[in-house]
Amino acid sequence: MVLKIFFPKCCNTADSGLLVGRWIPGQDSAVVLAVIHYPFIPGQVKKYLTQMRSQTKVDLTVLGSWSMPKDGQEGMDSFLKDLSTIFPHSRWLQLSRESGKRAFTCRVVQENGKPAAKKDGDDNDDDDDDKDKIIFVHYDQRKVMLSQLHPVQEQKGSEEESTELRTMFQTVAQSEPLFFHDMYDEGPLKLTHWQSEGREASIIVELVKQASVPVCIVLTWLLSVWHWLCSFRIFHVWPVQFISSKLSTCVQTGYRTDHFQTVFSTRKATTHMEFMRKANIFVSFLVDIALGLLLISWLYRENRISQLANTLVPAADHVAKELQELLEWLMGAPAGLKMNRALDQVLGRFFLYHIHLWISYIRLMSPFIEMILWYVGLTACLGLTFALSVLSDIVALLTFHIYCFYVYGARLYYLKIYGLSSLWRLFRGKKWNVLRQRVDSCSYDLDQLFIGTLLFTILLFLLPTTALYYLVFTLLRLVVVMFQGLIHLSVDFINSFPLFAMGLRLCRPYRVAEGVKFQVLSEEPGTPLHLRMEINPLKFSSVLQCYRTPTYSCYPKDSWVALCKKLFIGELVYPWRQKSTKTD
Amino acid sequence: MAEEGPFTDISGKPISLECQNYTPFCREFTVSSPKVSLLKVMGYTCSVWLLAYAVFFLTENTTVLSSAIMVTLVGMILHIHFVKVDQETLLIIGSLGIQLSSLYASGRESTTFIEMSKIKDIVINEAIYMQSIIYYLCILIKDPSEPDGVASVVPLFQVRISSTVYTQINCFPIGMVPVVSCLSAPKSLILLTVLFCRD
Repeated sequence: MVLKIFFPKCCNTADSGLLVGRWIPGQDSAVVLAVIHYPFIPGQVKKYLTQMRSQTKVDLTVLGSWSMPKDGQEGMDSFLKDLSTIFPHSRWLQLSRESGKRAFTCRVVQENGKPAAKKDGDDNDDDDDDKDKIIFVHYDQRKVMLSQLHPVQEQKGSEEESTELRTMFQTVAQSEPLFFHDMYDEGPLKLTHWQSEGREASIIVELVKQASVPVCIVLTWLLSVWHWLCSFRIFHVWPVQFISSKLSTCVQTGYRTDHFQTVFSTRKATTHMEFMRKANIFVSFLVDIALGLLLISWLYRENRISQLANTLVPAADHVAKELQELLEWLMGAPAGLKMNRALDQVLGRFFLYHIHLWISYIRLMSPFIEMILWYVGLTACLGLTFALSVLSDIVALLTFHIYCFYVYGARLYYLKIYGLSSLWRLFRGKKWNVLRQRVDSCSYDLDQLFIGTLLFTILLFLLPTTALYYLVFTLLRLVVVMFQGLIHLSVDFINSFPLFAMGLRLCRPYRVAEGVKFQVLSEEPGTPLHLRMEINPLKFSSVLQCYRTPTYSCYPKDSWVALCKKLFIGELVYPWRQKSTKTD
Repeated sequence: MAEEGPFTDISGKPISLECQNYTPFCREFTVSSPKVSLLKVMGYTCSVWLLAYAVFFLTENTTVLSSAIMVTLVGMILHIHFVKVDQETLLIIGSLGIQLSSLYASGRESTTFIEMSKIKDIVINEAIYMQSIIYYLCILIKDPSEPDGVASVVPLFQVRISSTVYTQINCFPIGMVPVVSCLSAPKSLILLTVLFCRD
């Protein structure tokens, strides 16, 4: 059997002592966590281990002895051999390293005192298998302790399901309380582990951690006040609720308050995914605010707001003029097609009147536009996503007339198509059975057939006119929808991009681990195999996939085929549909 | 009985194979491709730039030249960083797992380690490539939900080696179970027996 010993790099040069660690159940491997140095009292060691076991929930034991003899410590070896009788064990490891040599030697002693080498049965070359069948895997303790293996398994399942590496990572991570005391502390025991190399802590981080608790409490209270305000009855009346569900600004506000509730809750994050989600939301919120403030500083400099307001009214005028020209063209002989004059005139005048109304409305608002824009621009300090949502809403409001035209055109066209298809069925002597949802044959009377034919002809000859108007306004509407969709996509991107996880992957790649990689260390012949284990970080695309914040993402409601079909029939399309509930 | 001699990949380019024995249960196999040849690079760049110069001559637009330079540079960088594989290594550590590592021409190294408990089997699979059938070594990975199923197939060695490379290197009977099952073996194919400690 090949015995694997995971040995921390920091203990390579440790003084002689006892090895403390854990035997991984089910596998033939041991994880060394720390070395306890001389002098120690065995009773105190046992007491300390029991205390650690209850604190960390990891079954720590004394694995064996470590000897790195320095000058003046010659009697150590025999002392070390006697130790195996004091501590209970199934296998006792005697690791030793000579100064000047890089490789370790190891002897494994079974409980009954015999070395574990000899197997029953005559297998050849078993004598030196004792040395050959041991693998030392050197790992960086601090990195393994902080790292998280992906795919993250949240539920604390039974240990048999975890693989060997995952169990090893979990062991080191859970043994954090063991690393609080080291050999430079005053205490009964002197340990060596990663902290002995130099404790790292930042005052700022500690201060921020301490200050974050009262800040969170204050913010949670503010949030509860906001929720109480929103729960007023006036906001739940149907028109207000309907409008607020359509305005993307209100949707974004609701989304952000949900986020705040997650981030500012006073409960500490227990699992890794919770912690990452909190951190991602917090960092993306900060970046959002920073970008919004940048936008404000750019917008309010050099009188840009008034410039914008001054160009807005002429732009609206220009759009209205273009639309009028378009309608005049449709009322004439567009692209050489001959329209039905009467229907053409009716539809054309109807839409022209709408445009006239709209342009008068814009002209009415023009003195106030600058002030409105100025105050609306200030909302960008709540974040760039807010500013983009406000922009999307403004675009929606300004192009409301296009939306109205589209709805009129679509409804008219739909009615026409509906009538035509029904009368076409009448031609063939069939009827739509609503009960059975199928087409049945039916015998019509002569006068029914006569009127049906007349109506069919009328509708058919009026079809090109309606179809053309419908086509033109649908295209306009689609252009506006595309623009709004772009804005929503960018808002969605800012909302869901996991900045903290990406930053972690860039700066501390060992914390998001996909796996490990091994490298064979050059060894001397006759010594066991030494491997160096390093953490293989997750790929960027996997980071994105794993840590994306779920959003109310805009996604196309229908596939392309369904969309085209709807457009052809004349059903109203809302290509971008927002998910009403977040899926976690 | 290893088959010596120059190995080639399926397009006929020469490749080399090295085996290194660290211990009886730890071995490393390295397959190396020849490096990017300077003549080829010069040939490609010259042809691209001549073409760009011809277009410039016709259109009198300098952006053609600068865009040709940019395209060549970016194309070369992308090629050596993502496409050109210099060396591939297979490190087998008994009872720990198998590590596959690819070294690209730009120095980028991409490594995957597959633990022993996840490996179901190692097989030589066949695939149809253009008009011929090629054989490749792959690892079958266990499906966690289904004990008999196969979750994924990991092909080893992106550089498509021709069948003569799969040679029998060594086979130690003691305690090591060679686990290669050949799905289809023409007579010219000799099995690659992988050291696979299933202790």
